[in-house]
Amino acid sequence: MLEEEKKMSEIKFSKEHEWITVDGEVATIGITKHATELLGDIVFAELPEKGSNVNKDATAGVVESTKAASDVYTPISGEVVDTNQSIVDDPSKINSDPEGDGWFFKLKIKDPAEMNTLMNRDEYDKFAKESAS
Amino acid sequence: MKKTPLYDLHQKHGAKFVQFAGYEMPIQYETGIVKEHITTRNNSGIFDVSHMGQLFLKGGDELTNDLQKIFPIDLAKISINQSKYSFLMKENGGIYDDLIITKLKDGYMIILNAACKEADLNILKNKIGEKYQINLSDNLSLIAIQGPKAKDVLDSIVPGVTKLKFMNGNQFKYNDLDIYITRSGYTGEDGFEISIDNKIVESFVEKLIEKGSTMIGLGARDTLRLEAGLCLYGHDLDENTSPIEANLKWAISKNKINEKFPGSDFIKKQYNEGVSKLRVGIKPETKVIARESTKIFDEKDNEIGKVTSGTFGPSVNGPIAMGYIHNDYSKKNTKIFLEVRGKKIPASICEMPFYKKNYVRGGEENVRN
Repeated sequence: MLEEEKKMSEIKFSKEHEWITVDGEVATIGITKHATELLGDIVFAELPEKGSNVNKDATAGVVESTKAASDVYTPISGEVVDTNQSIVDDPSKINSDPEGDGWFFKLKIKDPAEMNTLMNRDEYDKFAKESAS
Repeated sequence: MKKTPLYDLHQKHGAKFVQFAGYEMPIQYETGIVKEHITTRNNSGIFDVSHMGQLFLKGGDELTNDLQKIFPIDLAKISINQSKYSFLMKENGGIYDDLIITKLKDGYMIILNAACKEADLNILKNKIGEKYQINLSDNLSLIAIQGPKAKDVLDSIVPGVTKLKFMNGNQFKYNDLDIYITRSGYTGEDGFEISIDNKIVESFVEKLIEKGSTMIGLGARDTLRLEAGLCLYGHDLDENTSPIEANLKWAISKNKINEKFPGSDFIKKQYNEGVSKLRVGIKPETKVIARESTKIFDEKDNEIGKVTSGTFGPSVNGPIAMGYIHNDYSKKNTKIFLEVRGKKIPASICEMPFYKKNYVRGGEENVRN
């Protein structure tokens, strides 16, 4: 049981450069440091609506840098239970602390098995490095 | 892909490169676009614009007379070392390129957009034939230094530059070599553009950095020029848009309206009768950024125009845009809607520049409206 809980709270990553952590039934999602480095200075963030249902790999938000707009996808399906309004007010938080204060939204997980499709940190770091070159 | 002589220096300063008009150019350095933008506004910034064309035409009064038939600016009225903003015009009234032309002792220097420079050279050659020596330089770099501290930084290396008036230039010496400096720029700040031999440009820029200036990439150059309400060719200006529609009537000399130059019939008609679309400043009411090609609508959902440049303005601390709109809607404060990701974002027409700044004219500083 303890082993399994530990496994569930491990940070996971998607190919679209989102990270996800799980606490019980709720997952927290944001974009990776690698993504923020690719984007540059983030100047705008749009979040999904609280109470809405999002499906795995669907658009669930937008970030814009001075250069361009990019969609933010949800790595798993669920109901949006919380959103981080502080990044809407100050999008630079996403650059300064992407895996902390710069989180985007929290989901009530629909299907925990979807977590198995995601990468661990080592796998993601390798993926990010390969896709950058 | 071509590189400018400063490529290694860009790399040394942590530049991220993009391909721009056939060149590998720095879009930003380590600190990022927003900080580079603010540094230019508060201090000074160095821009490598060596990809731009530096075209030289040699000749006297006869050359001036021939160029009068090409440019919509009265070249007889400008003095030696004076610069003017002008256009290479198409017969349909559209713009092949926007440019800065400076009268020199022995002819003219024309600064051209990188993507247009080869085509411009051919257009000019076709128009004036083999009569004059015409040359698109490949041994000169072009550097801009912009911002409130630019004059002090540059003056510490090239004494006397602070005496230059806005849109005027002169020959100076650096390491016993001639360099040509104009007081001009593309940021809405006081600043200078320096035409300098490729062989000494790196040591020159290193000197500017040593004196407290900072390298700035094309990313911040774009946010700075857009806050200043300045056009970017290929986006806000093109072959199917006239200077009158672009709200750049001021760049056409009044006494040239009745003269002949490419597109002059069309320009005269628009000058006297008005236009159906006009370039305007747009201020979105929310934080949403309306980028190039965003459609513009009125309250009744009629499509009335299109955004041609849009970004986040770091000094304005919000989204800004410019675009072309049906003339009926071009009045300041008119309510419009921008279609972004399927939603209609409220916005209004506003005056440009978005960010006002002190320009130096003569020895005094005046706010340029």
